[in-house]
Amino acid sequence: MVRPMVHAFQIWGTKMVLDVNSGSVFEVDDLVYDVLKFYEELSPEDVIAKLKEKYAESEIEEAIEELDILKAQGLLFSGANLDPAVELLNEKKYVKALCLNVAHDCNLRCRYCFASKGHYDGARQLMSKEVAKNAIDFLLQRSGGLKNLEVDFFGGEPLMAFDTIKYVVSYARSLEDKYNKKFHFTVTTNCLLLDDEIMDYLHKNMDNIVMSLDGRKMVNDRMRVRADGSGSYDRVVSNIKKLVALRKRDGKDYYVRGTFTKYNLDFAKDVIHMADLGFEEISIEPVVGKEGDFLIDEGDLETVYRQYDEIAREYIKRKTSGENPFRFYHFNIDIYKGPCLQKRLSACGAGREYLAVTPDGEIYPCHQFIGKREFVLGDVFEKTLDEDVIKKLKDTHVLAKPDCVSCWAKFFCSGGCSANNYEMNGDLNLPNKISCSLQKKRIEYALYLAVKAGMQSEKNRLLC
Amino acid sequence: MKHIKVIHKGNLCDNEAIFLSGCGECQASCQSACKTSCTVANQVCQKEKE
Repeated sequence: MVRPMVHAFQIWGTKMVLDVNSGSVFEVDDLVYDVLKFYEELSPEDVIAKLKEKYAESEIEEAIEELDILKAQGLLFSGANLDPAVELLNEKKYVKALCLNVAHDCNLRCRYCFASKGHYDGARQLMSKEVAKNAIDFLLQRSGGLKNLEVDFFGGEPLMAFDTIKYVVSYARSLEDKYNKKFHFTVTTNCLLLDDEIMDYLHKNMDNIVMSLDGRKMVNDRMRVRADGSGSYDRVVSNIKKLVALRKRDGKDYYVRGTFTKYNLDFAKDVIHMADLGFEEISIEPVVGKEGDFLIDEGDLETVYRQYDEIAREYIKRKTSGENPFRFYHFNIDIYKGPCLQKRLSACGAGREYLAVTPDGEIYPCHQFIGKREFVLGDVFEKTLDEDVIKKLKDTHVLAKPDCVSCWAKFFCSGGCSANNYEMNGDLNLPNKISCSLQKKRIEYALYLAVKAGMQSEKNRLLC
Repeated sequence: MKHIKVIHKGNLCDNEAIFLSGCGECQASCQSACKTSCTVANQVCQKEKE
């Protein structure tokens, strides 16, 4: 059983309550907000005694009655037995997504790169067609009855292996009918190598294109530099503009995705900058890593929180005015039609449904584990997976993480990134505290936006 | 209700919802835009998408 839990919070004076286990969301007045501080621990009489100097007794009784009604309906303080859900999760054994690291090389030397400037502490190399073919065969073999399969071209800089990308797309597509599969391709690129031909190809063949940019020129060029130390902004922005124009024209998915560090703790300005450039799908993520003068520490949290506040304000302002509106990846939480419980329990699926393949064909639980030899699962030629490593990743669902079981945000983040947990704490199931704090703050703003969206007609919804 | 406005009535952990969930067809979260942090709640249900 997971224990009943509610999370009461406020954004800009709007007080909201989330019932964790049902996912129900409420907007409440000051009185209910105060009553909830005592509702579970104290009798109605004692709650009244606590609050009677601030509110009329009859009003407090009314508020308690309303809470009682919602509780009786299973919408507040709802309990849940999730043992069957965990059993169902453990029965799953199919692979549906590969992060195909087609290039362990890069034409940038970003200072914060988690992949050791592109080579993941190994040789600088590109994936051959033979390895790529075997990776696709492996995915098909391991995907069981799943119809939708995913391949993300990643690196390093994947466009350095553009021929391999083209080969994979062509080979995988040629097998779709035979195996009754649908491949979804994505690419994450620094955009330096984009030209008209490559852009046209990616636009036609990729379901989603993630383009890296950190925001303002001075911010981007401090971190995202070439081997000679020169900045990448000018070239990259010009290419992103062209590619985004194609995506917008045809309504296809893309993200302009950045990383923020200690050097741009005012990263709301970077989001605004990217929106001003006409980019409507924006993501900016906290830098990850263990060493470096650019890392975020606990002392930075309040500053970072203010950035999310500013991004949310700008988000609403622009959505309302229609001037350069944007969506922010972490705010895109749809409380009305979000993912199912299994998805929320299983997190990213690293080492289970989601695996990464290196240029020489080694298989890891995900791209962030690459180079950690204790997590090598096998290779695409043998197509067998090491049971011991599978076991390590099997119990990384959110209910296996002790700190997460009692956290209100568990069904939103699913316990964070396993690789980050391992890197920072040496334990797959021990979340990084800074990541948790940021995640929770982002979720609160996302819920606020969802609450406000629900109050608007479909046409004027705050959320896109 | 006078003090509480119901925004959304959820059934995330209902028995029925548990057994209906988990078709496994939706996008892996790291295939979207994160690659470094795990957010699952902003993923879209494939059934809804179709």
